[in-house]
Parts: sequence; C-alpha cells; structure tokens
Amino acid sequence: MNLLAAISANDASTISMWVHNFLLDTCGLAPWLVVTIECLLIGVGLLLLYTILALFYILYERKICAWFQCRLGPNRVGPWGLIQSVADAIKMLTKELIHLKNIDRFLFALAPYLVIIASVLAFAVLPWGNGWQVIDFNVGIFFLVAVSSIGVLGILLAGWSSNNKFTLIGALRSGSQMVSYELSIGLSVVTMVALAGTMSVSEIVLAQDRLWFIFSGHISAIIAFVIYLIAGTAETNRGPFDLPEAESELTAGYHTEYSGIHFGFFYLAEYLNLFIVSGVASLLFFGGWMPLHIPGWESFNTIMDYIPGTIWFLGKAFVLSFVIIWFKWTFPRLRIDQMLKLEWKYLLPFSLFNLVLMALIIVFDWKL
Amino acid sequence: MLLLNIFGITNNALLAVTAVLTGAALVFAAMWIAGLISPRSYNTAKCEPYECGIPTRGTSMAQFRVGYYLFAILFLMFDVETVFLYPWAVKMADFGAAGLISIAFFFGVLVLGLVYAWRKGALEWK
Repeated sequence: MNLLAAISANDASTISMWVHNFLLDTCGLAPWLVVTIECLLIGVGLLLLYTILALFYILYERKICAWFQCRLGPNRVGPWGLIQSVADAIKMLTKELIHLKNIDRFLFALAPYLVIIASVLAFAVLPWGNGWQVIDFNVGIFFLVAVSSIGVLGILLAGWSSNNKFTLIGALRSGSQMVSYELSIGLSVVTMVALAGTMSVSEIVLAQDRLWFIFSGHISAIIAFVIYLIAGTAETNRGPFDLPEAESELTAGYHTEYSGIHFGFFYLAEYLNLFIVSGVASLLFFGGWMPLHIPGWESFNTIMDYIPGTIWFLGKAFVLSFVIIWFKWTFPRLRIDQMLKLEWKYLLPFSLFNLVLMALIIVFDWKL
Repeated sequence: MLLLNIFGITNNALLAVTAVLTGAALVFAAMWIAGLISPRSYNTAKCEPYECGIPTRGTSMAQFRVGYYLFAILFLMFDVETVFLYPWAVKMADFGAAGLISIAFFFGVLVLGLVYAWRKGALEWK
C-alpha cells in the first residue's frame, strides 16, 4: 500500500502497518528492536503533540481572555503573538530552581511526575480520527477516568511536601474539589456508557455514526452534558471553581513554592487537562471525530464526510474549551462551602436521577 | 493503533507503559535541561517558606479542617459504587427490565447513603 495514499486517506492502520513492515522486512530488524523503535516513535509523537497543544492552549486562553476584557492579548512575539508561549516556555526553562529548606524532597520532586503522567495517559486515550488513537482499551473511557484521577495525588503531594501553609490549604481545597466533582463526571460518563453500550472509546465514537449522543439521548444526554461541563470545569480548577489558587487568600495555591520549569509542569498539565476535559466531552456527547450526520439527509451527510475527522474532533474540543474559558469571565469565584454544596446537594442527586432516566430511556427504547 | 503484536504482550498494555514513560521522560528531560542552563544562587531568606515576605509563624504544617476528611470518606463510598455501575451500564440494554429492577436495589442503597449523609449534616461546611 502506498504510504502517501494512506496518509491522504487518513488511514491509521495502513500507516502503522507500513511502518511495521518497513522496519521488520525492509530493514530486517529483530522483532524486539522493531517494538522498541515503534514505542519510541509513538512516545516522541505523543510528546510533540502534547507540548504543542499545551503551548497552543496557553495562547488560546490568553487571547480569549484578552477579547473578553477588550484587550489585545499577546501580540509582540511573532505574528499575532503566535510564538509567545514558546518564548514563555524558554524563559521558564532558564529560571532558577529554588532549593527550599525543610521540604520533603522526594515527594516534592515526585508531584509533577504524577500530574504530567496522569494527563499524558488520559491524552493518549483520546481518538483523533478513525484509528488515530494510541491506547484503545476495551474499557477505554473507564481507564481515562481512572488515570485522570491520579492527578489529584500529584496536587496533594505538591501541597503537602512544600512545607508551606498556603500550599497545604490550597492542596486540600483542590483535592476536596477534584474528588467531589469526579463523582459527577463519573456518573455522567456512566450515563453515556449506558447509551453507547460499550466502554471502548473507539466504539463509543462509532456508535454515534447515525446521530450524535447529545441528540439521540433525549433530555437525559443534555442534562448529562451540562453536569459534565460544570464538573469538568471544577475538575480542571478553572473558571468560577479556581478557589484552590485564589490569589487574594492563597497566593498561588498548591504550587506556590514551585519555581521555574518545576512550576511549568503544573501549568502545562492544567492546560492539557482543559483539552482533555473538552475532548472527552466532544467524544461522549458530540461524536468525537464523527462528522455531523442527520438521518435522512443523505447528501448533507456525504458533504460532511469530506471534512477530515481530526478537524471535527479538534474543532469540537476547541469550541467546548472556549465555553469553559467563557465561564471564567462570566461567573464570580465560589466560596468553598458553595462549591461543595453545588456538587453534593445539586449535581450529585441530579446525576443519579439522570442515570435512572437514561436507564428508563434505554430499557423502554425511547431513544431517537 | 495496530502496531505491536509480538511477544504476546497486548498492544494496549505496552502502549500505556509507553505513555507513562513519555510523561516521565518529559519531566525528567525538562528538569535536566533546566538544571544545566538555569542560574543558581544561594540565599538563606530565599529558602524559607513563602509567607508574604514575613518570617514564618509557628510550624508550617498547620492544622486543617476535619471537613476535608469527611468529604474524602464520602467520596470513597460513592466512587466505589459508581465503579460498580459501569459493567451494568454496558450490559443494560441486553438485561432489559429485569436488570433495571435488580440494579434498583443497589441504586436504592446508594441513594439511601446520600440521604443519610445529608440528614446527618455531613454535607454542610461548618
């Protein structure tokens, strides 16, 4: 099979088979070496995608924030400020790493590892197109929810090990917020898993071939989406839920004592988590890479199919991220008691009720 | 991705390990580069815990509210129960009404737990 044809057809399996055969047969390498090289290639690809996307997201957020406040935003480095975040990353690399007294050195160093690994693992599960997915477990979405909760550990460790009152309180707030809202995320994911009848990420997307879940799931899917979006905003410590890093009371929250690139990791993971949350929302509710299909409108569906899946996926993710950023400039920051009340007294009962509603819709076959 | 099917190791497990190593490599490499090029200076005041510029008062390991623990325990209970709902959710369409009735008992216990915590005032931030 011609590689170029496969790339233009956006066919992942053909490309990976071509690479595999090229290394195995044409180069005549030993199988273990082939596996190592392929893993290395995937790792490098993942790393590039991860960092480029995170840098893009930093610029994206700063620009949107600027527009909300009638400012221009970054516009000095590069055209339209495009390489501002690259410059920031380089600046961060050249800043001093302050070695503090009385910190728990091992945990202090471990915390960014946990935060970054959690977000890379979750990132690897997201489908970018038909077959364009690194990890495709048959329990994919469950795996994603599981690994993304490792990040909480990193944040708690960061706050605990820094030997600072601000970081301790910031980490506890952040921890209680993230674990609380994880319940609502979990329950709205269960709701959509029930509709899809599978936990595999690729099959969830394929199940939306006819109609996206937000349309086919009736009111229940819409409620699940709203709950997911609110809980996702809280999960990434953003918007009205950014009380773990409320500057006026906690300086910078759990990463107060981190300096230079050490702080950069938390920053990176935070932006990537924004992408992951919106990517999962697009995957569960808006069909991931699946083009917009309307049953009965055959010619419309054919036209939509011409737009590549990756563009659909990224487009949906960016639009949802925009909504989450929008929250930040619309709602004032909550107090901790309000934040916990919102989760435990409103979102959790609503999502439990919503799951029952979805069960009824599926069992009595009311779905569209 | 349909890549590696040698040694009988499942593709996904190997790829998940690759992703973990990628994340670790990112942090490790960046820390290493930063260690090479970043400036270093020592200063006693700089190494103190940050407290708005004034000397630290008392111990930095301050006491915190017990409420955080309470919510962590509640979370543990509900999260485990959510995990049990996943397999049922996958097979729900096949089980039909019978599955709905049997999960209703489980679900009832879950809701009762929430109601109990609510009535006991565990959800109040006092």
